[in-house]
Amino acid sequence: MNIYLPIAEISVNMFLLLGMGGAVGFLSGMFGVGGGFLMTPLLIFIGVPSTVAVATEANQIVASSVSGVIAHTRRKNVDFKMGLMLLIGGVIGSTSGVWLFSALKALGQIDLVIKLSYVVFLSIIGGLMFWESARAILRKRSGKIGAGKLHKRRDHSGWQHKLPFKMRFRRSKLYISALLPIGVGVVVGILAAIMGVGGGFIMVPAMIYLLGMPTSVVVGTSLFQIIFVTANVTILQAATNQTVDFVLALLLLIGGVIGAQFGARVGMKMQGEHLRILLALMVLGVCVKLGIDLMLTPDDLFSLGTGGGH
Amino acid sequence: MQALFCLILFVVISLSWASETQAKQSEIVAALDEHLVAIDTGFSGSKVLLFGATQGEGDVIVIVRGPKRQEIVRKKERIMGVWANKEQVAFNDTPSFYNIAATGDIDKLVDENTRKKLEFGADNLRPYIAREHRHLDDEKKQIFWQALLRAKKRDGLYADTTTPVRFLGNRLFRADIEFPSNIPVGNYLVYVHLVKEQKVVNTQITPLKVSKIGVEAEIYNFAHNYSFLYGIVAVIIALVSGWLASVAFRKK
Repeated sequence: MNIYLPIAEISVNMFLLLGMGGAVGFLSGMFGVGGGFLMTPLLIFIGVPSTVAVATEANQIVASSVSGVIAHTRRKNVDFKMGLMLLIGGVIGSTSGVWLFSALKALGQIDLVIKLSYVVFLSIIGGLMFWESARAILRKRSGKIGAGKLHKRRDHSGWQHKLPFKMRFRRSKLYISALLPIGVGVVVGILAAIMGVGGGFIMVPAMIYLLGMPTSVVVGTSLFQIIFVTANVTILQAATNQTVDFVLALLLLIGGVIGAQFGARVGMKMQGEHLRILLALMVLGVCVKLGIDLMLTPDDLFSLGTGGGH
Repeated sequence: MQALFCLILFVVISLSWASETQAKQSEIVAALDEHLVAIDTGFSGSKVLLFGATQGEGDVIVIVRGPKRQEIVRKKERIMGVWANKEQVAFNDTPSFYNIAATGDIDKLVDENTRKKLEFGADNLRPYIAREHRHLDDEKKQIFWQALLRAKKRDGLYADTTTPVRFLGNRLFRADIEFPSNIPVGNYLVYVHLVKEQKVVNTQITPLKVSKIGVEAEIYNFAHNYSFLYGIVAVIIALVSGWLASVAFRKK
């Protein structure tokens, strides 16, 4: 059954969208990731204009992050003060990101920038994850269990501890400069606006390695920030570019919610390293597909863009 | 179908009656079975039936033109390994949709002059290059214009082949005009030409509207007229459905 999407202005099979939502939801439930970085390229592959895909995916992430954050708040795994600092940066980043998005759209370069950002970030994340989990598997095989689990004392001499505006974060047991989380927030905000992702895959490592937050509060706090940043992106994209299709978002959402529940159950039965290596391969697969599309000579070097209707 | 037949009959009768009083003006009469192509939730393309009658012998050529707009043609170039948009040329007043139907081969029905003058066939459309690109040399303009025609044909918005117009008996004719699912909205014009001995002797113009209706139209208009509010509503819907999902799955 086909459905005509009012903003994307294309006719798509409804079950394909529900299925895509379900599949990506399943993966995000299984791996505990947001799934925006898989869904946006998939939408582009099926013919949704990339500007609509990015803005609509931001809208969908609002919904999936809400259900995640509720669960984490119950377990008191959210550092609200840290979340607020990340959020300040996130609002600055995403607002300038949407502005940049409109400027690039007018120049006819937005498609390229979206795809290039994906290739760059997916290859870095996928590569690192693959390397790390492959090493973990090899180590396990050779019998050195838990050898790498030495607890390092936190280093207080790095550049990040010389920054001003120090602040105490009780929930994370940290005393660091507020500029650090704000800076992380800015970067993630820009990515959210341009790539249509929550940015968890950048924020989570940054929170652990750069800010030194305890892993227990990292996921909940990042989800808290993601809700507000993607909400900001949704509103700004809708207001400036009119590219948010909530019919599309809703269909993806329905599939996603159901898929995530099944994914979480399967994920619990699998080993961490195997799960991560699978995710890494998937991320690299999407990355390679996008990269090849950019490098192969297109069938027609010319393309059409509309200047404005009358 | 019966109503349609009555309508055709009525057209024919009124035509023969009219032909006695006004000799030249209505040598061809045509009508559409619908004056609105409605884009609703299930829209996946549409067909409009055109029917009519001619007075005496002759051939029929039908042109359907969509609303004019500016189109920008961009050329990709390889920059550091990837293909990126570089040069661009804008064309004003380009029909967003173009379709042609005829009772025979266009090239045989009318001479080249007429084909060019009346823009019969997408390849005979005239480019209206935007002011800022007028200084470009003719060869480049032509390359970009040809690229526009190619892209439009690829999208199914410009006809690559001529749709048949069929005569039912001597004077009645009909044609099925197809509209793909990606048609632009707006006011279309259907030109029905009567051709005799390589000359267009009579033309009738009928308007046709392509428009989103119902929920589709409401969402689209909401998104464009109250875009900020639309963004807020989209966020609220997402927040509520996220919360609902967490409630629904906690009970299990």
